[in-house]
Amino acid sequence: MRARAAFSLNRVGAMIERYTYLLRSSWPRLLEMIYWPAMQMFTWGFMQNYLLGLQTQGKANGAVMAAGALIGAVLLWDILLRGQQGFSFAFLEEMWSRNIANLLMSPLRPVELILSLMAMSLIRLVASVLPVALMAMLFFGFNLWSLGLAFWAFFAVLILFAWSVGLIVSGILLRYGLGTENLVWSLMFVIQPLGCVYYPVAVLPSWLQKVCWALPPTYVFEGLRGLLVSHVLRTDLMLTGLAIDAVLFAAATFGFFRLMASARRSGGLLQTGE
Amino acid sequence: MLQSTCPPLTIEGLTKFYGQTLAVGPLSFSLSAGSTTGLLGGNGAGKTTTIGMIMGLIEPTQGRIRVFGHDMARERLDVLGRMNFESPYVDMPHRLTVRQNLRVFARLYGVEDINGKIARLASDLALKDFLDRRNGSLSAGQKTRVALAKALINDPELLLLDEPTASLDPDTADWVRGYLEAHRRDRGCTILLASHNMSEVERLCDRVIMLRAGRLIDDASPGALLARYRRDRLEDVFLDVARGRTKDVSEAAS
Repeated sequence: MRARAAFSLNRVGAMIERYTYLLRSSWPRLLEMIYWPAMQMFTWGFMQNYLLGLQTQGKANGAVMAAGALIGAVLLWDILLRGQQGFSFAFLEEMWSRNIANLLMSPLRPVELILSLMAMSLIRLVASVLPVALMAMLFFGFNLWSLGLAFWAFFAVLILFAWSVGLIVSGILLRYGLGTENLVWSLMFVIQPLGCVYYPVAVLPSWLQKVCWALPPTYVFEGLRGLLVSHVLRTDLMLTGLAIDAVLFAAATFGFFRLMASARRSGGLLQTGE
Repeated sequence: MLQSTCPPLTIEGLTKFYGQTLAVGPLSFSLSAGSTTGLLGGNGAGKTTTIGMIMGLIEPTQGRIRVFGHDMARERLDVLGRMNFESPYVDMPHRLTVRQNLRVFARLYGVEDINGKIARLASDLALKDFLDRRNGSLSAGQKTRVALAKALINDPELLLLDEPTASLDPDTADWVRGYLEAHRRDRGCTILLASHNMSEVERLCDRVIMLRAGRLIDDASPGALLARYRRDRLEDVFLDVARGRTKDVSEAAS
């Protein structure tokens, strides 16, 4: 019965079980996962209908391109935002319940903890984005699954980036305590204007465009607009996005371990309050 | 009875600085298998920091910690399954029931017969009545028993306890001490107990390490300390140490 140092899927499973108990025990947590993406989708869905109406009446032209991609962008943005928050919230729960020392003192390896956070991010995504995607189909006729293989390419780029941000936020929480918890909610919103979620990169000043192209989500949202307008998936964009993702994910993992080591030096792991 | 060829715990020159402030050390001692050792000292003496370093939650500035012969700086993952701890600075998820919490930790520690183990602990620690209640709804005494159950879930060979009866009423505290005494006797595990509760230390410990301002001031059995300081109660020895009314350690040891 002695735990060995080898990687253990059973320990990853134990952590997923722990987070699942938590979700099942709290209806506000379950409700929160769905209501905000649904609100977003309805707001932008109606906006899209309005812009499409203007086009039909000949009162608008250029905006229509964007309008066609609007609801798709909203759904993909939710994958990015919810992917990161699902990761970070699971970690935050350990901080709130002062359980992190119990975990780090147990045979659970940090990499197993990270994998369980990724798994929870996916579980929360399915629970929140799937119903909203179905609502988008029902109310606005936008079928996310009709993107086919492109959807999975977009998903891969977005979720890897979401986990990178989740890792860094978790590391900061570990090192600097709950005083930094607002980052969990807000950091991804810095990415929104730079990731060009609702508009093409070309509308930005040229110096800012360089910053945008350093962010994987930009490749997804440019790719989505290209796909909906030209019906062509730019594989070059997806591959570049994934390559940047790989670098960022490696850097975020390194950063997480450095921040954890720093928390060990500062004694912060035993006192995980503000 | 659990057996191990290496000492359960060996500490050599353990030192911790926070910035320029010395928190602990240099500290050196070793625990023999099956013993209960008290780490005694006032607030800020370095008890929790020492326990934190042994657990691997705080990185020492200098020195070495070996648990069952494994260097905790490099091989802690090899040995964490053989130890466990309880601390008032740590809690368990409030929204999970006691059973769910114990189940998760049993899986983390690789316990095989999880349901059987939880049933035994529930019986030993009188948890049955609230096994399916949420951890957050329990009284301080009940929570302490649950934390103890978590600390014993893997039958640890080395058990680290940081003020295990802090904030408990005398009746519950006495019950917990009695349980720990019986557990050590039956299972033969080694216990390191940080406390500033003298009656607890006198009752449970066969050896006491006294700390002040992070430094080891004395290290002996409770009886030897009483004789050395010519006191009748360990509490008076504690006050002598806390207020600096001690001889030099080497002199005291001789």
